[in-house]
Amino acid sequence: MGKTIIEKILSAHTDTNNLRIGDIIKARVDFAFANDITAPIAIKYFKESGAKEVFNKKRVGLIPDHFAPNKDIKSAEQCKLLKEFAHEYEIENYFEIGKMGIEHALLPEKGLVLPGDVVVGADSHTDTSGALGAFAIGVGSTDFAAVMALGEVWLKVPPTIKFIYSGKLNKWVGGKDLILYTISKIGVDGANYKVMEFSGEVIKRLSMDNRFTMCNMAIEAGAKTGIIEPDGITLEYLKGRAKRPYQVYKSDPDAHYEKIIKIDVNKIEPQVAFPHLPENAKPISKAKGIKIDQSIIGSCTNGRIEDLRIAAEILKGQQVHPEVRLIIIPATQDVYLQAIREGLVDIFITVGGAVSTPTCGPCLGGYMGVLAKGERAISTTNRNFVGRMGHPESEIYLASPAVAAASAILGRIASPEEVK
Amino acid sequence: MIIKGKIWKFKDNIDTDVIIPARYLNTSDPKELALHCMEDYDSEFVKKINQGDIIVAGKNFGCGSSREHAPVALKEAGISCVIAKSFARIFFRNAINIGLLIFESVEAVERSVQGNILEIDTEQGVIKNLNKNETYKANLLPEFIQKIISRGGLREYVKEEVKRRKINV
Repeated sequence: MGKTIIEKILSAHTDTNNLRIGDIIKARVDFAFANDITAPIAIKYFKESGAKEVFNKKRVGLIPDHFAPNKDIKSAEQCKLLKEFAHEYEIENYFEIGKMGIEHALLPEKGLVLPGDVVVGADSHTDTSGALGAFAIGVGSTDFAAVMALGEVWLKVPPTIKFIYSGKLNKWVGGKDLILYTISKIGVDGANYKVMEFSGEVIKRLSMDNRFTMCNMAIEAGAKTGIIEPDGITLEYLKGRAKRPYQVYKSDPDAHYEKIIKIDVNKIEPQVAFPHLPENAKPISKAKGIKIDQSIIGSCTNGRIEDLRIAAEILKGQQVHPEVRLIIIPATQDVYLQAIREGLVDIFITVGGAVSTPTCGPCLGGYMGVLAKGERAISTTNRNFVGRMGHPESEIYLASPAVAAASAILGRIASPEEVK
Repeated sequence: MIIKGKIWKFKDNIDTDVIIPARYLNTSDPKELALHCMEDYDSEFVKKINQGDIIVAGKNFGCGSSREHAPVALKEAGISCVIAKSFARIFFRNAINIGLLIFESVEAVERSVQGNILEIDTEQGVIKNLNKNETYKANLLPEFIQKIISRGGLREYVKEEVKRRKINV
């Protein structure tokens, strides 16, 4: 019996022989990280553990991104804890404002998380790095503290569901639409405790930015993580980035999957997930016309350069609807700079959009675009739970950058076709 | 251990943004977090509950963010235990790590109603509904996880491991 990519990665990171699905193992961790919300608790517990140093100073990341640049005094205190801890314990990968980005966009971009790695992040969207062929899981603060002290994590070897995408993508359909469509088919707990392996001819042709978007939202189906086998596109992305050697693993053709789900993409339109669950995705043809107050383009899901290019392509020569706030947040400083160099920021500001320094900000109702009672947003973020972006009586509709841009122009949920 | 408490019923897919809204995550002080527990679901929830009360919920309890603040807020607010049809995996880990009792039992969720009093034998995974005079079985946790719990949570486990391996000492 062959093995899945996940079984191969975990086998290489544990002393347990003949590892089987359901086994509880201790896995060695290649990279671990946390942010300004989750790190403060972990720092306290790490100090209490009695460990004098972190397991590897090069393999720990601390990224103030959620409520940073500091949104208020309490947030400032939390960020300060990260900075002081990083200094005291000589942690190399602390990213100060001006060099930072949203963790799940930043770490792959900097070549710190790599194919074949076991990555543990104190943030649920750690699964994003699965797009590189790593086993990347989100955990809480106590687990992260344990990894900093011991360099390992306990976990249950998960079963895998394989998704095979075939056909040809329609215009304006990308990774965001594929993952929203997939979640709508299996539900928000459709992959609970399991791995989602994305494969097929469509994935083989998909760019890295679109692959990150897909793996990013595996957690929204309850998955332990999402993963895509590394291929030529992955290796090309890693050129000049990878900070250390890495190992490429691939699933065997006779690997055992709990389930194989085939998805024909030919009929998939741009998707919009209605409040208040990511599984509520509908095709754009059935979502058009809902009035919006705000459009957010950014986040660990859709704040990369390709996302901004698509948004700019749609916005160019238009004007943002007078009753809409368009807020665009590049996910990292590199993405921001690239967007300036390509003239994208010029377009965003000319059309009447606001461009922010990288932050998670509005995605979790922190700041930089919090919603008032009764307001509606179209957003390229990943969650539309009650109160996620502000008032408990506000609403979030999840969509791609193309749909968010078109909607910003028309003041209502709109298809990119309506403006292009 | 035997725990006893009144139940509060919740639906499927209770997410961590509802358990503790992100706007309060600029602190990790359990007491402050507890004040806002389930606020967006029922703004009076924290005032209504008594020490030791039990949450009984549908599937996928605790889905969403990895914030450990969610089980911490529930525990600090006085919730002794959460029984659900299933838990989202990060919440499941976090609850174990911080010492909030959790049990999976579909029949306990389907049979019991708001306000019932439950008595739970936490070692045996046996749940008694005192109002209905019924007994439900909960899934027992894997041995390794029970070992973490019996050592007093992951923090104690890590302390012992650090000492045992003499890490960096």
